[in-house]
Amino acid sequence: MSALTKLTLKGALDGLAAKDFTSVELTKAHIDAVEAARGLNAYILETPEQALEMAAASDARRAKGEAGPLDGAPLGVKDLFCTKGVRTTACSKILENFVPAYESTVTSNLWRDGAVMLGKLNLDQFAMGSSNETSYFGPVTNPWRAKDSNKALTPGGSSGGSAAAVAADLCLGATATDTGGSIRQPAAFTGTVGIKPTYGRCSRWGVVAFASSLDQAGPIAKTVEDAALLLNSMSGHDPKDSTSLDVATPDFTQFVGKSIKGLRIGVPKEYRVDGMPAEIQKLWDDGVAWLKEAGCEIVEISLPHTKYALPAYYIVAPAEASSNLARYDGMRYGLREEGANLAEIYENTRAAGFGDEVKRRILIGTYVLSAGYYDAYYLKALKVRRRIAEDFDHAWQKVDAILTPTAPSAAFGLGENSSDPIAMYLNDVFTVTTNLAGLPGLSLPAGLDANGLPLGLQIIGKPLDEGTVFSVAGAIEKAAGFTAKADKWW
Amino acid sequence: MAIDAATVRKVARLARIAEPEERIEALTQELNGIMTWIEQLAEVDTDGAEPLTSVVAAGLPLRDDVVTMGGEPEVVTGNAPKTVSNFFVVPKVVE
Repeated sequence: MSALTKLTLKGALDGLAAKDFTSVELTKAHIDAVEAARGLNAYILETPEQALEMAAASDARRAKGEAGPLDGAPLGVKDLFCTKGVRTTACSKILENFVPAYESTVTSNLWRDGAVMLGKLNLDQFAMGSSNETSYFGPVTNPWRAKDSNKALTPGGSSGGSAAAVAADLCLGATATDTGGSIRQPAAFTGTVGIKPTYGRCSRWGVVAFASSLDQAGPIAKTVEDAALLLNSMSGHDPKDSTSLDVATPDFTQFVGKSIKGLRIGVPKEYRVDGMPAEIQKLWDDGVAWLKEAGCEIVEISLPHTKYALPAYYIVAPAEASSNLARYDGMRYGLREEGANLAEIYENTRAAGFGDEVKRRILIGTYVLSAGYYDAYYLKALKVRRRIAEDFDHAWQKVDAILTPTAPSAAFGLGENSSDPIAMYLNDVFTVTTNLAGLPGLSLPAGLDANGLPLGLQIIGKPLDEGTVFSVAGAIEKAAGFTAKADKWW
Repeated sequence: MAIDAATVRKVARLARIAEPEERIEALTQELNGIMTWIEQLAEVDTDGAEPLTSVVAAGLPLRDDVVTMGGEPEVVTGNAPKTVSNFFVVPKVVE
């Protein structure tokens, strides 16, 4: 039944509606694919029994004519979303045995709409990383390989498991989260579509917190339309998250395929960074040409504070993380190590439970928030964040959306950047600005590099204007005609 | 600004993370590298810029002050490393 795993989410939902196959058949096909792909390490927990129960219940609902918008569709869940009764670890040792007594709002919304859970997906520990290598369960291997090479490549991160699972047809779509680029960079590295919506569009309730003012959930999917379908279900106001926006969720699928004639598209000159591969510049030029052809007006814009976004992020995100992760004290849940007194128990628990990158960020965060440094670092970063948001405010007076590359390179080899934190941080140079400004950003595959690896383009929209983002993405998807898949080797 | 070993020890202590002495030197270098890179923020003119703490323009909502859940101590303590009779067991902190 491998043909069933090749379907898009939309194609599968149409097939279910037409009674071409059942959700149990569709789910079984995916369970088999997941088992056969364990070498990728995308799933860190498979839940096949629960999946088949959910699928059978879906088939029963459909038989009664009560099918929801995602009914019967098997999905993967990033292991940062709490799932009731199903182990949720954030890929850390400190939560290795944590079994939530509650379900995150985003996954509740998916199950409400009929989706089926296949299991929990690997990620960088506490979503801190750009290559999936900080996971306590080991890295995910990208299903894509360079031409004539067996070298294991990163799927990106932090949502590397989600992106790899979608790219390798191990689910019809997956949940993911994005604090600095963690949906979009992995999507670009794996030839998939990922959107980080406007901050506040999706509830953060029940999602393990990293940096609360930046964290936002979104889907990774096979097509732009699939991403719109998933975001429809994931979005919505939630009184349990005080930053959740009380706004209506439009039907995002209605925007895909809509004419973009007359739209003004910004091309920010500051995104032409030194050392950017010529192929990425070429892809960006292609994107501009496609949008011109579709009737858009291309406008060169300036986002002058772009180069300061990453350094500002590496104050704000660690500061928030050091505060959020203070909760892991070994008392109420999670790992506890012994010690001679309370302070030693805390210190030993956190030393044993957190990985090196998590510790590094907690230490930076603690440092920049500590007495004497708060104004010089934290307050300064918040002011720079304001300047970055203002850059976009100015741009929106001239343009309706912005087109950029998603990442400064194609997928790199596992282990290649792991000894240099700053080189790793630079992966997010094009994505992190939208987190700081709270804007929606979508990555879609638009071409292959000379090694046959996928490259992504990013579309940035105004606050709550995911609709325009989806329209532009739909137009690029059509023009690019990207249909390449990783050759199955796993 | 340079972060020295004493600062790393102090910050690790504040963060309640035991860092073995043999890690201090490497951590000092790593953190210095990152903080030196961050120093470029000093170039930005932020005079008059209001610190941006939240991109959500709306004020924080208030809810009615009513009990919405509770009465499930076994659920609350279900993931605790040590419990007795639905209580968390913590080390003695008062001599």
